[in-house]
Amino acid sequence: MAEISTTSNSGPARWLVVAVPYIWLLLFFAAPFLIILKISLSDTAIAMPPYTPVLDGLGSVGDFVSQLDLENYLFLAEDPLYIQSYLSSLQMAFISTLLLLLIGYPMALAMARAPSRWRPTLVMLVILPFWTSFLIRVYAWIGILKPEGLLTVFLQTIGLMGPDEQVQIYRTDIAVFIGIVYSYLPFMVLPLYSALEKMDATLLEAANDLGCPPMKAFWKITFPLSTPGVIAGSLICFIPITGEFVIPDLLGGPDTLMIGKTLWTEFFGNRDWPLASAVAVLLLLVLVVPIMIFQNQQQKAG
Amino acid sequence: MAKSLGPVKRKFEPWNDPNAQPFIRFENITKKYGDFTAVSNLSLDIYEREFFSLLGPSGCGKTTLMRMLAGFEDPTKGRILLQGNDISGVPPYRRPTNMMFQSYALFPHMTVEKNIAFGLEQDRLSKGEIEARVQEMLKLVKLEEFAKRKPGQLSGGQRQRVALARSLAKRPKVLLLDEPLGALDRKLREETQFELMDIQHTLGLTFLIVTHDQEEAMTVSDRIAVMDKGVIVQVDTPAEIYEAPNSRYVADFIGDINIMEGTVVSPAVDQGSQAVVTLDCNGLAVAVEQECAAIPGDRVAFAIRPEKVRISPDQPADASANAAQGEVWDIGYLGDFSIFLVSLSDGRIVRAAQANVSRLVDRPITFGDMVWLTWPKDAGLVLTR
Repeated sequence: MAEISTTSNSGPARWLVVAVPYIWLLLFFAAPFLIILKISLSDTAIAMPPYTPVLDGLGSVGDFVSQLDLENYLFLAEDPLYIQSYLSSLQMAFISTLLLLLIGYPMALAMARAPSRWRPTLVMLVILPFWTSFLIRVYAWIGILKPEGLLTVFLQTIGLMGPDEQVQIYRTDIAVFIGIVYSYLPFMVLPLYSALEKMDATLLEAANDLGCPPMKAFWKITFPLSTPGVIAGSLICFIPITGEFVIPDLLGGPDTLMIGKTLWTEFFGNRDWPLASAVAVLLLLVLVVPIMIFQNQQQKAG
Repeated sequence: MAKSLGPVKRKFEPWNDPNAQPFIRFENITKKYGDFTAVSNLSLDIYEREFFSLLGPSGCGKTTLMRMLAGFEDPTKGRILLQGNDISGVPPYRRPTNMMFQSYALFPHMTVEKNIAFGLEQDRLSKGEIEARVQEMLKLVKLEEFAKRKPGQLSGGQRQRVALARSLAKRPKVLLLDEPLGALDRKLREETQFELMDIQHTLGLTFLIVTHDQEEAMTVSDRIAVMDKGVIVQVDTPAEIYEAPNSRYVADFIGDINIMEGTVVSPAVDQGSQAVVTLDCNGLAVAVEQECAAIPGDRVAFAIRPEKVRISPDQPADASANAAQGEVWDIGYLGDFSIFLVSLSDGRIVRAAQANVSRLVDRPITFGDMVWLTWPKDAGLVLTR
């Protein structure tokens, strides 16, 4: 061991290669998180920045620590608004992820089974929406879904809707689901596609040959072998959807309750940075802890 | 190693029995992919309990033929009969055939046990029955200790055994083997060939094997069909294919052979008890004992296996014998055999194999020696195709 490391891979270059990702994580993940954590333990104040205590100089470390408290977290636990926001966000994310799986899986399967010369084009088509700004695409949905929008016009034109009826989707949870499913679909399709595309087609022939009809073979062979893709796609979608702010803000109604919106209101509306930070920290815990437990179990099983 | 060999194998040739009904019958099968014809108007009968090989280079249509029997492909024309019943249109999952895939196609997320049980579960057998059959199969392929492993934790040879056990578990009427031993190393391959024959014999199943390895086909088969470009060139027992190939293609494909182009000088005429043809192979007179329809002037080929050519430093006493003089150009030492490449006066190379019955130091013939090659009249063959 020692011999190998001294002869081949030592020196500053190697150290740097290993260090870069760690420095990156430290600067852009650990440091901001610690700042948020600190703010979440502070009290709100009418000042700039709008919270105390702030750490100025090493001498006041003792003072600083003694002023930190869990007041904000206790408040979150007491006020049902926050608990409801969390639960409602998790529910929205869960339903959206399920819808994404239902729509994304057949798409990914069709792509993986398409002739190999078509596949790069199909992948390209899935990625294509990214060429337009996310915000513009969400605004486009407003144009489609609003009462006097394109959907209403379309339905009126083909006669499915009377001239004085209007589609009542905009500013409801349904609009939020549409927006979320639309925006996150590529993130679901791509991991599923990469899992399905790797699969050896002769496995299905073998299942057929052993007396298993195609539909059953899908559930016995294809689906179990695609679970890594299902898990990856679901996590990639579920996590950001839980904290999603833009889509519920633009498409959702006044009673669309999502933690991202609550956080925004606390931060910008009420200028309560410490409480907003507590909301953010708790959101992180709500998401990270179950996922870590899950991944741990997966590793043990695999 | 002491091993019980079971009863001595008996002569088995239902194809010579006019009353025998074929078990599998390919009837004028044609398979086209666009403009490409993979199999062209092919007919073939395979009998029950036969170990039958489809042999040919890649792209000759042998795999396509097997896949049509398994139900993965439909013939463009013609029909396939299994025990007299047309099986066209029967999906693969309802056919009484099972296949051992070239890539083995083991289900990576299931244990060895589960892989073997998969086909049985589709038949809705009882739990106890499945368990018993799986144990029997594990024993058959000697993998009892590996029942709980996943395919990824097995060696290539073990995977091959799992694949075999899985395809045998349902007791198919026909077992299809697609290049089953291709991925194994030589030693393991030879062992497995004999095991396959044993298993086939014990279970009394019909085996259809696709291979490009002529040695494998020779070892295991009752009969071999040699294929080329979508047609069968010859169907025969391994010995017949080797000793009496019907064409230059088959002669060249199976084993090592000297082929010399020539013309017929005198047609097959009876000399005593056997008809003899005489040829002129570019100045070399060759007499062959063979019934042959070729007439004088026909372009034919004379073919002779290297091990049937005798090599000697001395001129043969019998002046009427087939003989050629040449110089030893190269010697290949193969251990059990030595191959002598002898260059005739016109530069043609004739290969002669000699069993190394005594040790290397005693070998009298060496590079550059002038030698005589001789062969009996019944050693070679006239090939008209």
